[in-house]
Amino acid sequence: MKPKVIRYLDKGEFPIGEGEALALYRAMRRARFFDEKALLLQRQGRLGVYAPFMGQEAAQVGVALALGEKDFVVPSYRESAMLLARGLPIHTLILYWRAHPAGWRFPEGVRAVNPYIPIATQIPQAVGLALAGRYRGEGWVVATSIGDGGTSEGDFHEGLNFAAVFDAPVVFLVQNNGYAISVPRHRQMRVDYIARRAEGYGIPGVVVDGNDAFAVYLEAKKVVERARRGEGPTLLEALTYRLAPHTTSDDPSRYRTREEEEAWRAKDPILRLRKALEERGLWGVEAEEALLGELEEEFAREVALADQAPEPTPEMMVEHVYAQMGPDQRRAWEALRQGKHVEELW
Amino acid sequence: MVAEKARVLNLVQAINEALDLALARDERVLVFGEDVGRLGGVFRVTEGLQAKYGEGRVFDTPLAESGILGLAIGLAMGGMRPVAEIQFAGFLYPALDQILSHLGRWRHRSRGWVGLPVVVRAPYGGGVHTPEQHADSPEALLAHTPGIKVVIPSSPERAKGLLLAAIEDEDPVFFLEAIKLYRGVRAEVPEGYYTLPLGRARVVREGKHATLIGYGGMVEVMLEAATVAAKEGVQVMVVDLETLVPLDEDTLLEVVRETGRAVVVYEAMRTGGFGAEIAARIAEGAIDHLQAPVVRVAGYDAPYPPFSAIEHHYRPNARRVLAALRRVLTY
Repeated sequence: MKPKVIRYLDKGEFPIGEGEALALYRAMRRARFFDEKALLLQRQGRLGVYAPFMGQEAAQVGVALALGEKDFVVPSYRESAMLLARGLPIHTLILYWRAHPAGWRFPEGVRAVNPYIPIATQIPQAVGLALAGRYRGEGWVVATSIGDGGTSEGDFHEGLNFAAVFDAPVVFLVQNNGYAISVPRHRQMRVDYIARRAEGYGIPGVVVDGNDAFAVYLEAKKVVERARRGEGPTLLEALTYRLAPHTTSDDPSRYRTREEEEAWRAKDPILRLRKALEERGLWGVEAEEALLGELEEEFAREVALADQAPEPTPEMMVEHVYAQMGPDQRRAWEALRQGKHVEELW
Repeated sequence: MVAEKARVLNLVQAINEALDLALARDERVLVFGEDVGRLGGVFRVTEGLQAKYGEGRVFDTPLAESGILGLAIGLAMGGMRPVAEIQFAGFLYPALDQILSHLGRWRHRSRGWVGLPVVVRAPYGGGVHTPEQHADSPEALLAHTPGIKVVIPSSPERAKGLLLAAIEDEDPVFFLEAIKLYRGVRAEVPEGYYTLPLGRARVVREGKHATLIGYGGMVEVMLEAATVAAKEGVQVMVVDLETLVPLDEDTLLEVVRETGRAVVVYEAMRTGGFGAEIAARIAEGAIDHLQAPVVRVAGYDAPYPPFSAIEHHYRPNARRVLAALRRVLTY
């Protein structure tokens, strides 16, 4: 039996509060604005390799806004929208993607950790972080995110199994965007819905229309509360699509068709939510223009902040390897600080 | 720091006592791994701890090494002090991604924001006729990973103090325990809580003609060789590195400068083993004092043999160490 795909938009349903709906829209629009600007910055050589998330805003923002203040997100590299929605300052995110040291230390109070580059390795770590909250009596919930391809990794399975066995308060968001770089889902796995795998671990699996912000947000709220009550983890599969390349170094025309992309563009999560807001009289051209103006201003301010970060110095390479430098880091640090290489010190 | 009374314990008992004291002292300490709870570990290192501290503090995990390391990382991120056991060091391999990509790197990749005070205990090494894959010595793999520390004790009283220091340490520490020593060495171990500093090599026997350098299970092999050499009038200095990372290069160079001749002993395969690092450091820092090339006594460039009848040919013994000593003394 096929799982039911939870969906509200395009059916004229408006199942959440108007304030929440507007907050979702603003956060998604802000994230999209960042994504578009980030791609421009990358092309100007002002950003390193960047992984765009365009098209996946509802999945990421929906889950991020369903979390409470003390909860954590443990993201992979495509979750910039999630990080922004959790309060990571734009200039920190820009510095992160510039591979600038100042962007790799998140400000205190941001309940998110640095994005993970290796695939699925964050999954068992998220379980550990969730259990730490239980040990410390803080009761925080952890939301961690992975793509469809990532679910083929061993760490995905080990992590879900651990979470199930320990009833860890974790929400595993799978952003099923159809591709692991170029490999389509059907060459990645033989199951039709990834959420079905949940049964193999003895935990619930839920499928939502990942381009429907209402569906993601409402289901995420349910499973976050479930985790908080001590009832354990949930696998939340969001069916979505990345409208942009895998990274700025990728060329999706080699593995997917323009028709497919156009079909998904029509299901753009931002347009769908905006339509629902407009139908209810909550949004319009003026509100949109005002928001874009705000975002433009904010972005310019944040880029300027990022540009002010001082150039990294060579000795930073050997800092923070250990809590205190060992003799080998110390010697290298001295050399680099003097503008030398370590061999010159002998 | 060191309590007054001492009893004779073996390595298993000393490590068990250290874990017991750490659990009692700090609520953030957790002990987990495969079979460490109810069974008390396949070597009984964690015996009695679950009964004393409960299933919340001392627990069995599913059989998945990467999961265990990932769990430890997340727990440490959240403010706990996990002490994870990997049943045999040769079973660390499924967890290498967690170790190399994350455990060693998190502090650096977060610019000091996320430190991981994780201890991973794992029995290593041969000499007791274990099955395939149970006798590996992967310390060089670990030592080659930035951000982690590697400690390998050679005696019960050292093991207790070093393990307690490892648990107090703010960085991830691999604590490798030679299987051969678990019940093979006994020594007086002070009662109560004490720590021994990480990152210091120690001279376990004085001598002026040559220096033997090794760690863990090789220390008793080196001492045996030194005792035999002494009967022939050759006084051999024996150095126990104890901590491979951070390496105590000062002590290492000092002792080599005193004798001018050095043999490095380790039971991992020779090529790229930690002994190669020692030999290179000596060459870089004390070449003017050397009267012979540094010689390595190590395993062969092959997997550790699963055939117990020939295992003793692979694992360095006193005879091979003496042959190497002869080489450096007659060069």
